[in-house]
Amino acid sequence: MTEAAKAPTLAKFASPVDRFHLELEPLKEAGVKLAGIYCVFAPVELVRAAGAVSVGLCGKKQGPIPDAERVLPANLCPLIKSSYGYAATGTCPYFNATDFILAETTCDGKKKMFELMDRIKPVHMMRLPTDKSPEAQALWLAEMRRLAAFLAQHTGKAVTDEALRREIALQNRIRRALLDVAAFMSEARPPISSLDLMGICESRTFVLDQEAYLNDLLALGRELEELRAKGSSPYKAGAPRILVTGTPVGRGSEKVLRLLEDAGAVVVVLENCTGLKGVVGLVDENAEPMEALAKRYLDTPCSCMSPNTGRFTLIDDLTRQYRPTGVVDLVWQACHTYSVESFDLGRHVTDDLGLPFLKIETDYTESDVEQLRTRIEAFLELQAL
Amino acid sequence: MDIRGEMAGTSTAGIDIGSRSIELVVMRGDEVVHAAKAPTTFDPVGQCRALLGDVCAARVVATGYGRKLFVEAFDKQPALGRVTDITEIQAYALGASHLFPQARTILDIGGQDSKVITLSPQGRVLRFEMNDRCAAGTGKFLEIMALSLQVPLEDFGAFAMSGDTRIPINSMCTVFAESEATSLMARGEKAQNIALGIHLAIMQRIHSMLRRAGQDGPLVFAGGVARNPCAVELLRELTGAQCLVPQDPDLAGALGACLLARKLLENDND
Repeated sequence: MTEAAKAPTLAKFASPVDRFHLELEPLKEAGVKLAGIYCVFAPVELVRAAGAVSVGLCGKKQGPIPDAERVLPANLCPLIKSSYGYAATGTCPYFNATDFILAETTCDGKKKMFELMDRIKPVHMMRLPTDKSPEAQALWLAEMRRLAAFLAQHTGKAVTDEALRREIALQNRIRRALLDVAAFMSEARPPISSLDLMGICESRTFVLDQEAYLNDLLALGRELEELRAKGSSPYKAGAPRILVTGTPVGRGSEKVLRLLEDAGAVVVVLENCTGLKGVVGLVDENAEPMEALAKRYLDTPCSCMSPNTGRFTLIDDLTRQYRPTGVVDLVWQACHTYSVESFDLGRHVTDDLGLPFLKIETDYTESDVEQLRTRIEAFLELQAL
Repeated sequence: MDIRGEMAGTSTAGIDIGSRSIELVVMRGDEVVHAAKAPTTFDPVGQCRALLGDVCAARVVATGYGRKLFVEAFDKQPALGRVTDITEIQAYALGASHLFPQARTILDIGGQDSKVITLSPQGRVLRFEMNDRCAAGTGKFLEIMALSLQVPLEDFGAFAMSGDTRIPINSMCTVFAESEATSLMARGEKAQNIALGIHLAIMQRIHSMLRRAGQDGPLVFAGGVARNPCAVELLRELTGAQCLVPQDPDLAGALGACLLARKLLENDND
């Protein structure tokens, strides 16, 4: 990485907590309810159509894990432990400000953790099916309606088709704008660093004023276009290009991304749910809005789906667009669904895409950094030779 | 043996700074003229300095966990020329395939980790597997077990081979396996049999790693644990493959690094 000019609008994504507090105050005064969300299965359009707003919650740092382990088993995924630890210790400013939490039955660890979290703050659990059969779709649609009723109870405002269509249109515009910004990484020398891009993607759930977030994305896109035209980039030409897939990564849990970039690679795309997994796929604006919303969210290619062929299709599409020279599958310790799925994914990547594949299983601690460095450097050496 | 002065121009060095030991190989042209070894201790830079002594080389390549530290400490020192680094994966691949050109799979069991590397017929690394963060399946595991059975590490393999019964040791966690060995001792089990069980446990774990990596063709066993006759014997038995053990199995990484240094020097002079 080298020092290069940065797009000025990047500063707006740099300190999400400060921005959150500024945006929150007038909303709280107006009595607007705040929903806490953890996952890309949470339908933010529905929350907003009911007159509430949503915010992402902390769960990407090691800090509160020892506290969480007083209640949760140590041999559990760090994301679940960190999320619970923040909630239990009152150290997540977003969580503290919420009125209720939206949860989904994505995995066993989360499901059981949410039962405990419900004692700290009311948790509304959506029963997420694990396939897309007609029965599963019917269940998920019913769960959307049950969520609408829950929200209406808290906000006193029923969800109308008109409000839902408006919020769907806004989120679709945000998705398109975010995909346009991410697309700069398909350049041979991208005008933005992948860690900056990660922060932008992550900010999506922390910004309450979603129109402002959209405008920031559009402004950023224009600035990046100028930098691209000037040939300004933090990267050298010819660096290995890595597609990272697997479990979510954010500020505080980006050690594998840092190791990759320290070793001279460019992380061209994050396929995971803090990257593009939660962004690709628009809601059909011409269909019945609640049904269209349910369909779009159930299409999320998460490893909790069985089968989860959508993930392979997405990786194929991203491979065509971003032209990676290698794929890294990052699995948080004890995330069984991603860990098991890694076997088939590895075969697909090596046999069908013809790319080298590396599975990394780790947690949020720094204890294995030097071992990971060796594995990552050796993986990149394979691509250089 | 003169490895100083006017010969420095054609000399290259490879150094492998592992978690337990540091190995140095110096070549002049195609010939290995010097090899040495020292424990890593808590002061790897000091140990490297002592090991290097007055070695002069036009190009040096470092490998092992201390490779970055070595580059920081020794690059641009007048006696050593340019210092760069390479991962152990590439270093072992280069070293082992130089010693055994027919090699298709390399197993390296070191002090802190173990790895399996598969090679193409041209000696190119195809893929590799490494153990995860813990000491299970590494030299450290054997060292702790030898200590707990009060057998010197260098005799541990022969000691285990004198066992007459194979006892399964189920725990692969070093800490738990130690308590399992303790319970076996408390039941009056022969120390030799416990030692054999421990060797079997580690080599079965290594065997599944080899299968995961798709082991094929002649297998080179390198790294410090390849000095252990029981480990070699069990590897042959479990894999049914031809196992090639270098004369100095722990020098393979340093040799590979030195071979790369020689290649880099040739490129410099082109």
